[in-house]
Order: sequence, then C-alpha cells, then structure tokens
Amino acid sequence: MTAIYGLYDRPEAAQRACTGLKHAGIPSQDIAVISGEPFEAFEFMHRDHSMILFRLALIGGILGFLGAVGMVVGTEKAWPLVTGGMPIVAWYPNLVIIFEMTMLGAIVTTVISLLVTAKLPRFGKTLYDPAVADGKILVGVPAGGKADAIRETFTSSGASAVKTIEL
Amino acid sequence: MSAYSEQLTEDLLRPLLKTSWRFWTLAILLIGVVSLGIGAFAYQVWNGIGVWGLNWPVFWAFDITNFVFWIGISHAGTLISAILRLVNAEWRRPVTRCAEVITVFALIIGAMFPIVHLGRPWLFFWLTPYPSEREIWPNFRSPLVWDFFAISTYLTGSSLFLYLPTIPDFALVRDKTTGLRHRIYAILALGWTGTTKQWHRLESAMQIMAIAIVPVAVSVHTIVSYDFSMAPIPMWHSTIFGPYFVAGAIFSGIAALIIAMAGLRKFLHLEQYLHPVHFENLGKLLLMMSLLWGYFVFGERITTWYGNDVSEMTAFWQTQRLTYAPLFWTMVTVNFIVPVLILSFKKLRTITGCVVASFGVVVGMWLERFLIIVPTLSHKPLAYSWGHYMPRIPEILLLIATFGAMVMFYVLFSKVVPIISIWEMKIGQHPQLAHEHRTADESATMWRTEP
Repeated sequence: MTAIYGLYDRPEAAQRACTGLKHAGIPSQDIAVISGEPFEAFEFMHRDHSMILFRLALIGGILGFLGAVGMVVGTEKAWPLVTGGMPIVAWYPNLVIIFEMTMLGAIVTTVISLLVTAKLPRFGKTLYDPAVADGKILVGVPAGGKADAIRETFTSSGASAVKTIEL
Repeated sequence: MSAYSEQLTEDLLRPLLKTSWRFWTLAILLIGVVSLGIGAFAYQVWNGIGVWGLNWPVFWAFDITNFVFWIGISHAGTLISAILRLVNAEWRRPVTRCAEVITVFALIIGAMFPIVHLGRPWLFFWLTPYPSEREIWPNFRSPLVWDFFAISTYLTGSSLFLYLPTIPDFALVRDKTTGLRHRIYAILALGWTGTTKQWHRLESAMQIMAIAIVPVAVSVHTIVSYDFSMAPIPMWHSTIFGPYFVAGAIFSGIAALIIAMAGLRKFLHLEQYLHPVHFENLGKLLLMMSLLWGYFVFGERITTWYGNDVSEMTAFWQTQRLTYAPLFWTMVTVNFIVPVLILSFKKLRTITGCVVASFGVVVGMWLERFLIIVPTLSHKPLAYSWGHYMPRIPEILLLIATFGAMVMFYVLFSKVVPIISIWEMKIGQHPQLAHEHRTADESATMWRTEP
C-alpha cells in the first residue's frame, strides 16, 4: 500500500490539513495523525476516544477477584488447617489476598488492553517519519485515487514536506 | 519544534548520550558500597544467621527495620505521582518520574529483606502459592503471606506505572540514537509511533493505573503494619498501626524524593526544570506529614501511657527514659521539631532548607522503624524474656549497602532513561504556546468538525 504524508511544524497547520482532507472526501478513519506529544486542544486528537480500557480493567478486576476467592477457599478446603482458632475459611484474612488479586487483575488487564488496542509491540514497517522526534506532526493517508488532491491539500495547509511511503 | 522543546529534549537527553568521568567514578564507588553488602550477605549465608546480633528474645532487628523502612520509602513515588496525576497538579510534570523510580527501587531493596532474613534464603519460594506435591499451600491467614501478595502487586503495578509513560520517551531516544543503542531503545519503545489512538490509550491506561495504585499503595504499608499489630505483643497490638505506618511511609517517601530531586538538579544541571517552587510545594507536603506523624506518635503514646498496662509500660519507658531514650528523642527532634521549625517559615523553605529537613526525616524514620521493633521485642511481658540487642558488622554493612544500592540504581537509571518525562513536560507548555502564537484564524480551525 502507498501512503502520502505531510510533515507540519505546528498543530494548527496539521488541523488545517485534516479539515482539508475531510473536505476532499477522505474518510476520517483513513487520516492518521502522528505526533511526539498529544495535542489535546485540537480536534484531530479527539477521534479515537474510547472507554474500552476502563471496561476491560473492570473485567480484569472481577476475574482477579474470582481467581483469588477460588484460590484461598479452594486451598483452605483442600487442606483444612486450623490456625489461631480461626475458621477454616476465614474471611477477614482472605479479604487481604482477595483485594490484592483484584487490583492486580485490573492493573495487568489494563496494560494488556493498552498493548492490544494500541497495536503494540509493532516492529514492522509502518507509517512514521523520524522527523516526528524533532517535533514535526505527521498527517498521512493512503494514496488511493486522489493522490494529487491529497498532495495539494498538504501543500496548501502549510506542510514543510510532503512524502510518499510504501507500506 | 519550538526553542523550548528543542532545549528540553537536548537537556534531558544529555545524560543519556554523554558520559563523563565523574559518572564512572561515582558508579564504581557505589558498586563498591553495594559489593560490601553482597559480601556481608554471602558471609551470613555461609556461616548462618548467628553472625548477626540477633539473639533470644530479639529475633527481628536491623533486617526487618530495613524492610519496613524501604517499603515506606517506596511510597514516595507511585502514590505521590498517582495523586498528583489524579488531581491534575500542573507542577507534577518534572516530579512524577523522579518519584516513580524511587518506588520501584526501594521496593526491590525492601522486598529483599524478608528473604535475606530467612536464614535459608534459597527456600523463599515457599511463600509463593504454588501447588506442591503435598498439597500444602501457604497459610493465607499469615500476615507474612499477605506481605508477599501486597508487595508483589505493588511492585508489578509500580513498575508498569513507571514503564508506560516512558514508552514515548523511549521512542524519542530511539529516533535520536544509532547502532546498538538505537536497537535497544527500539525494543523498549515497542514500536511506538505516537498515533492519536496510542496517545488516547496511554492516557486512559495511566488514569486507570493511577486510580488503582493509590489503594494498593495504602494497602501495602497497612499490611506491613499488620506484621506487627496482628501479634498480641505490647506496643504492637494497636488499631492505629495501619494509618500510622502509611503516614510514616508517605512522610519518609517525600523526604527521599526531595533529596533525589535536589541531587538530580545539581548533578544533571536540571535547574531549568526542577524549580524552587517544586521543592517548596514538596516542603509544604513534608511539613503536613511531619505534623500528621507527630499527631500519630502523640496518639499512640498517650493511649499507652493512660492505659498504664504493666507490660506495655515496660516497653514504653524503654523508649522514653531508659536504654532507647536517646534514639527516641533524636527521632522526635529530626522527624518533628527540625522539619516544623524549618518548613513553617517561607524564608527557610528553600531548596537547602527542604533538603536538610529531608535528611533528618530519612534518619528519623529509620530510627522509628527500629524503635517500633527492638524495644518491644527486648521487653516482652515477662521479665525472664528480657534482653538486649546490639548490631554486628554484617548487619551494619547491609544497612549501608541498601543506601548505596538505592543511589546506584538511581544513578544508573538516570543514565539510560530520561529522568524527567519529556513528552509530559512538552504538554505543560501547550496552553502558553497556544496563547502566545495562535492567531484568530488558526483558533477558528480548532474544533472544526466535518460540515
């Protein structure tokens, strides 16, 4: 696949490019914006909002909770050892383990969810330019049949460079 | 890139890309100090735990003091960083990573001590819940097993909390380096490019982690306090121990953070990013925690004194008037009187003032952990079980090595990872940039959506 991208010095110009591309009929989901820092004040930064990580963290917490309950109760019943006059399944001390495992479940699930949804790790060829590390903002789209219109949009919106890349 | 961003990137990557002879000298010195501790540990393993000053009735002393102290220091980072992130305190930006690093290394050092203390450390895995051929799993009613779960959860959470916001900075270093260094940072960056989706997911993950890590941090030191308060032993069996330990942990953690930040500021020349206001804000937090610590100590002491139970009063007077009184009053002076005197006055709440107070607090909090453990164990309810404790050289070397290890880990870390989050610092400049440079026309393009 061929992609065209423009490099911008300022987020305002990148925003103009995104708006211009949309006017040129490029679907929003085809426009990639890559930057060295998140520009929360700009519309282009607000396209991929999702609450999925929060939901998955909750599920992870519930799984951690259930796993902990299974582990402590199962163990205590498998080897009914009386300790300090406490019942075999002693809920007060078990709550300590259950709490820690619940939080661990939520934390680990959050990190796994981040990696999966953000498509990390990713070491193959992808849309990127090392100039991003120098503060440039990359706006890129698949070339398709509108290559000339895209280049024109990038140039007119103030791109400091327009490049083509084979992915 | 703005001039500020360029300068920021250059300043914060300088320690990674340039190495002076001073770094190597310091690294060798610190490795030497840590080697002393490793040697002392090897000597103890070879000869048995009898080489320590432990003897009946005092079987917990320096090692468990180190354990509680370093777990306490670990509260500097993740907890403070998470709270500052949750309340969106703008001044947090240069502070968070400096703090999070302390947590991870202090936890590693602290968590080693129950293993060091085992006598047969190679059997430490008996603490973990693995199904053995005899089907005997750890006893979940033991506070020592709670420690295992709490510390491993906190260490896992804190390490991930430190690593996640470092990924964009690893990507930056990847693009600024070549050769082997480039390849290593490319792996650490996990192929991060900085798409809008990646930024959103990262920020969501950091929010969730910040919410989750605060109760975990509180639970960890509460559970460490349960190692003592679950036992019906004078001065230990107290309901106040959980919050008292947590407050003490945050107190010592802030002090460690101030010292670390002052060191980084001076030796890495980060004066432009770690401003006096950061120290002043942390100094105010330290003052608040000093007052809170004083309140807890007073509450604990007056309750014991008023109850006038014979066995409790025996241990109590050991710290007030007898053998351990010099240590106790030193602790009160450096944990309460000195910090309150220095930090209450704006004129004294300078970088130097905060660092002086912090050094006192670090010493005082180590003494506090020691005074919780040893006077009580050496004066249990019946007089036949009274005794004394004197540390021996291997224990003292191990203690010194822990401080050496902390500094060594910190120095090595700041050599390979930007110690201040570069991308978060850049965000901190956004509102100002927007105000200064955005024209009316440019502002109009913001938030414009498809017609």
